[in-house]
Amino acid sequence: MHGSHATGSPYAPHTEEDRSAMLEAVGAETVEDLFDIPSDVQFEGRFDIDARTERETRRLVRSILGRNDDLTELLGRGHYGYYVPSLVDHLADRSEFLTSYTQYQPEVSQGFLQALFEYQSLLVELTGLEIANCSMYDAATALGEAATLAERVRDTSGHRVLVPDLLLEGRRSTLENYVAGTDLAVEAYPTDDANADVGALEGLVDEETVMVYAENPTVRGTIEEGLESIGALAAENDALFVLGSDPIALSVLQRPADVGADVVVGDASVLGLPTSYGMGLGLFATTEDYLRQVPGRLVGASEDATDRRAYTLTLQTREQHIRRERATSNICTNQAWVALRTAMHAAYLGPNGMVDLAERGVTRADDLAERLDDIVSVKAPVHDRHHLREFVVRVDQPAPAIAGDLEKRGFAVHVVGDHELQVCVAGVPDERIDPFVAAFEEVVR
Amino acid sequence: MSDRDESDIDPRAEQVRYDQARYVENGQYEPLLSEKDLTRVEIGGSDGDGGDDGDDGSADGGSPLPDDLTRDSLELPELSEPELARHYTRLSQMIYGIDSGPYPLGSCTMKYNPKFTEDVAALPAAAVHPDRSERSTQGTLELMYRLQDYLGRIGGMDAVTLQPPAGAAGEFVGIRVAAAYHEHNGEGDRDEVIVPESAHGTNFASAALGGYDVVSLPSDDGGRVDLEALEAALSENTAALMLTNPNTLGLFERDIEEIAEMVHDVGGLLYYDGANLNALLGRARPGDMGFDVMHYNVHKTFATPHGGGGPGAGPVGVVDELAPFLPAPRVRENGESESELGYELFDPEHTIGKVHGYQGNWLVLVKAFAYIARLGDEGLADASATAVLNANYLASQIEYDVPYEPFHHEFVASAGDQDAADVAKRMLDYGVHPPTTKWPEIVPEALMTEPTEVEGMETLDRLAAAFNAVAGEDDETLADAPERTTARRIDQTSAARSPRLSWQALESDDE
Repeated sequence: MHGSHATGSPYAPHTEEDRSAMLEAVGAETVEDLFDIPSDVQFEGRFDIDARTERETRRLVRSILGRNDDLTELLGRGHYGYYVPSLVDHLADRSEFLTSYTQYQPEVSQGFLQALFEYQSLLVELTGLEIANCSMYDAATALGEAATLAERVRDTSGHRVLVPDLLLEGRRSTLENYVAGTDLAVEAYPTDDANADVGALEGLVDEETVMVYAENPTVRGTIEEGLESIGALAAENDALFVLGSDPIALSVLQRPADVGADVVVGDASVLGLPTSYGMGLGLFATTEDYLRQVPGRLVGASEDATDRRAYTLTLQTREQHIRRERATSNICTNQAWVALRTAMHAAYLGPNGMVDLAERGVTRADDLAERLDDIVSVKAPVHDRHHLREFVVRVDQPAPAIAGDLEKRGFAVHVVGDHELQVCVAGVPDERIDPFVAAFEEVVR
Repeated sequence: MSDRDESDIDPRAEQVRYDQARYVENGQYEPLLSEKDLTRVEIGGSDGDGGDDGDDGSADGGSPLPDDLTRDSLELPELSEPELARHYTRLSQMIYGIDSGPYPLGSCTMKYNPKFTEDVAALPAAAVHPDRSERSTQGTLELMYRLQDYLGRIGGMDAVTLQPPAGAAGEFVGIRVAAAYHEHNGEGDRDEVIVPESAHGTNFASAALGGYDVVSLPSDDGGRVDLEALEAALSENTAALMLTNPNTLGLFERDIEEIAEMVHDVGGLLYYDGANLNALLGRARPGDMGFDVMHYNVHKTFATPHGGGGPGAGPVGVVDELAPFLPAPRVRENGESESELGYELFDPEHTIGKVHGYQGNWLVLVKAFAYIARLGDEGLADASATAVLNANYLASQIEYDVPYEPFHHEFVASAGDQDAADVAKRMLDYGVHPPTTKWPEIVPEALMTEPTEVEGMETLDRLAAAFNAVAGEDDETLADAPERTTARRIDQTSAARSPRLSWQALESDDE
């Protein structure tokens, strides 16, 4: 069946005979005749990209990526190296999942729709809010979408979006871009020992405030203690309370619905995806009140013509392909396959596994902090708070030099201040902890 | 299944059926996360000061956190690994993918993706934390640099950012870059973006998200940009014109150079929507046509399976003048700075900042790089040649009218007196995925069809046979379709009228 494709695409299927027959059917002599491109703008040059065999291409990518150092990553701040069970890879890679499109024809997409419905249900349980969409790109873009939602649903005018001063630069900058086309302005409120300074926030929130954002755990790995007060402050001022978190943290920490959160955002890819250089899965959940203003896709339950349960994309009149410039968001292609992986990983763990994983993030962080704190000239954790997964360490020497020395010994940590490093235990195998502590002792000596 | 007399079924067979299709009961596909599988885990239990010092808190069932910082309980299904394997295998069997058959969704470029790209994206060295040092991620940075370079050559662009995580995100970056550029030049009061009415809905939404008023541009009788209407729409308020070429009817905008000149004359920028780049690979480049900024849907034009709706990636290319405004950071090669590293990150001089927490959908970028490196010049040009040949061949074999031509990689047929949505449902019964329907609205009852370059003549003939079989059928048959699919016609109206968006909502309905 297959002709030779010595110079053509290896994935284009025609033999020379097919090609001739098809050209004859369309009444053209050559394929070039089918292109209606004025000669002035035709491209006559070359890209100078050599074709390779599949084997050569694999070797090329392997050799390029092989230049990455093999490090034990004690890095966190939203991306964690939790072990992803083989089951997730094998099932998510089933080609029906992998090679299908957005479920615009639900009658032949029931399996994916049900999986996304289950993902939404998972987030509803974790957040206590009534509605979750079936994905945004990542935590940063979900935060941006939360701000534009706040602007749409707020009864009165106002322009202030309050975020903690310890917000990740990627999140803050993305948020700034999302609100650039609105009247909103992003302002920082102070933190105290990495948690929200609720007293200071009280003086800042006013009727001009449309949104207050907090994170739990915070970017420094501390567990936020003032959520109920922040929720109340926001509610008193008719501002949206947006909370950033993730599925593992939400397994044990205060339920967002119970502290007055109106929207929960964050990166759900902590489950199901390895640390893929920041590739994520934007979590977005909110209350029923904002159903018609939710960005992104929603899967709903319905019935088919024989009254059987069936699933379908729903409320699509909010979306860009129908509502165009009045859509709730411009998102189209989302992170559906990552959401599938996250749901699979969560289902694999079950509630016991999720709670265990979260609680081990507390105890292992405590243990490691204690061991580092025992080293002369090192203080850990710096913040006198409860910690989940990660914490800040103070060192006498310049932090970048310490981090560089640790890297030479095979360990990656964050530099978060001139004399501050941040260390994360999530996903770090137990047997790497002792060598890390030993290396740390050496480099601060 | 539901109307069968259950008593006829051997109990052992019933057990087998249960195992094979765990979630088919009473003829319904039950959600996994239903009450029968639920396990509730209680949380909390420490004395409130969190003073447990360091022992493994999970072993004794007590929480290492004080009650006032924790939730009371978590209730989710608890299933065994084999149960899960069967559940998701069963779900996968209820999905049509490109590996199942042809998927001629116009403007979506649903083509077969080679499997080896999955393997390279799964290399352990690809799974690095985004906050790793540049020194320790030279491989990641080199691959990004080389992909930036490939994309620049393919699009005829001077500088590329890989950060946008999807095509629409790329559009938004283009809009933000245009805004920053105008602002920088003291022309920040330009407040309009012009979009042809046949454009993708994302164009309108992205421009609006960027704070612009959207000016809709009608098409001329031939289905292309109406130059007189464009002239009327352009003004000193114009920030940009967003265009795809070929357009969504598959038609090449032959006047593109004149269009570019008109837009540039009023000081506006020309934006290229890369959704249709598949038709141009190796034959024309947006940069050569006068476009200033473009996005690439690398998951369409190159390779990444669509994954049921994502992830994609939407790198953005720009001409030199706009490069200083691109998102930060970008990757450059040693020699452009004092750095001793081979590759390093840098912030463009007037950067708009970030549009994603990190560097976008990295794994998709790895796949795109591998695909381009595999095909090379000849393979890329052959892809567009075959895509265009296939569209023309398929159109020649179907009985529906195709009003606009000469088209390239996609065409829009009209279902005429039939309802295009019904035609689509009926095509499912013939075992093929239908085209995009009812859009663009220029064509009544539109069937927007894009077979892509991966379909062979035999498959195209089978697709044409499905089109033609449906063309001969009456409205009643169409309205009852589909009848051979996992689910019959689904009631989308009631789904929207009384939204049930989680198993919790279903349960509260039952109460």
